[in-house]
Amino acid sequence: MSSVITTEDVHLYYGETEALHGINLNFEKNEITALIGPSGCGKSTYLRCLNRMNDLIPNTTVTGSLKLNGQDIYSPNTDVVNLRKRVGMLFQQPNPFPLSVYENVVYGLRLEGVKDKQRLDERVETTLKQAAIWDEVKDSLHKSALAFSGGQQQRICVARVLAVEPDIILMDEPTSALDPISSAKIEDTLAAIRSDYTIIIVTHNMQQASRISDKTAFLLNGNLIEFDNTEKMFMRPDRQETSDYLNGKFG
Amino acid sequence: MNPKRSNQIATGTIFGLVVIVVLILIGLIGYILFNGVPNISWHFITAEAQAFSAGGGIRDQLFNSLYLLILTLLISFPIALGAGIYLSEYASDNWITNVIRTMIEVLSSLPSVVVGLFGYLLFVIKFGFGFSILAGAIALTFFNLPLLTRQIEESLRTVPNLQREAGMSLGLSSWKTVTGIILPAALPGIITGIILCAGRVFGEAAALIYTAGQSAPVVDYLNFNPLSPTSFLNPMRPAETLAVHIWKLNTEGVTPDAHQISSGASAVLIIVILIFNLGARALGSYTYRKMTATK
Repeated sequence: MSSVITTEDVHLYYGETEALHGINLNFEKNEITALIGPSGCGKSTYLRCLNRMNDLIPNTTVTGSLKLNGQDIYSPNTDVVNLRKRVGMLFQQPNPFPLSVYENVVYGLRLEGVKDKQRLDERVETTLKQAAIWDEVKDSLHKSALAFSGGQQQRICVARVLAVEPDIILMDEPTSALDPISSAKIEDTLAAIRSDYTIIIVTHNMQQASRISDKTAFLLNGNLIEFDNTEKMFMRPDRQETSDYLNGKFG
Repeated sequence: MNPKRSNQIATGTIFGLVVIVVLILIGLIGYILFNGVPNISWHFITAEAQAFSAGGGIRDQLFNSLYLLILTLLISFPIALGAGIYLSEYASDNWITNVIRTMIEVLSSLPSVVVGLFGYLLFVIKFGFGFSILAGAIALTFFNLPLLTRQIEESLRTVPNLQREAGMSLGLSSWKTVTGIILPAALPGIITGIILCAGRVFGEAAALIYTAGQSAPVVDYLNFNPLSPTSFLNPMRPAETLAVHIWKLNTEGVTPDAHQISSGASAVLIIVILIFNLGARALGSYTYRKMTATK
């Protein structure tokens, strides 16, 4: 097993406030890692360090070492645009572009200069099938993506991320705005693509974490409390806080 | 008073206020159209204006208004678009940005006469433009820039941040995110800004009296060389617009039918603004549908 992303002693400050107090986490290739913890514990903040989405928030400072395949993510030499092509992201709210389903999916590819119609068509079909939405949209590929339901939009977003073939996909509570049936479909999608991608998912839903992830990290107040195989963590957590959280005593 | 009763009173009051606004609007537009439309004829629109005798038209003034509108938009839209994009997407939240915003607001409340006199001193006299469409267009640019910039900034701001994050996370540069995703999504708001701006340009008189001038020289509508002094496209010629013409007819008009011409011209002004509004909206929603694939 090789770590795709290694992070050591990650601190993050919003102005003077320290939101992450030194986090060490490594992510293995082709595994699903779940980040769990109560609201405000820093799991989304940490996730957004990995593709430098925190750069968009003014006055944010990140220290420590974050490496993607050995390369420093925060080095001044890192091409952020290129980094984000390799580290895709799915958000809590479905956010398709105000374009047709087809154009949404091929947007990243077009940007890379792919013009071959046949190849684009092929990618659209493949990724929409992987995202378990093909049957629902195949007859309306040129309709606006915004015309679909939230769950469908989120799966279109999954296809959009898959189309550019990133190495890693970050998911920030991707099913918390969806109904149970749509959530289940997203989980099916994760199961289908897990062998090809490294996935890091932030979730509030502990059943979801236990169902889909290989490893789980528990964060509390900006600290990493415990990180282990999901099964071990849910059956026999080492730390009292973890056990309390998993048993619903707080959070 | 029970909640049901107060709700009824509130609804009634709001309804009443709306009725007042609508009545004023209908009254004004109705009055202008009622008095003006009978004076409009093909001859009226296509004939030259007469200085002393009756039976003059508004051909040149109408064209000048349209030409000035196009020139003003050509100058002000790119500047306002750039400034709007900067303020909404790139400017960091610091005192410089606040100073820029405040200045824009101050500029937007400048009386148009002041803008006109400023344009007169700087462009007409200092730069030696003379009374010209170009001087008028630049003066109106100053006049419109604040409004248009703010409108564009606001419509870009209303595009949810989720869209920016979606673009960024997909590996789009911020420029590409703005041009490829944010701008198309903000298009309806930008079109509204252009329409408001166009209405102001079309109806403006004070700022133009000192810049574009009050005379409409005879021009040749078949001469397409913008550098020729007699060409209708020459931006350096003086050009009385429709609004200025109406003002002049009512202050110093000596033609016997000055009142009829001014009523007719006012009606034409309103009708053209209406056509421009509807046209811009239709074009805007067509482009928006094309770009975003919405039905």
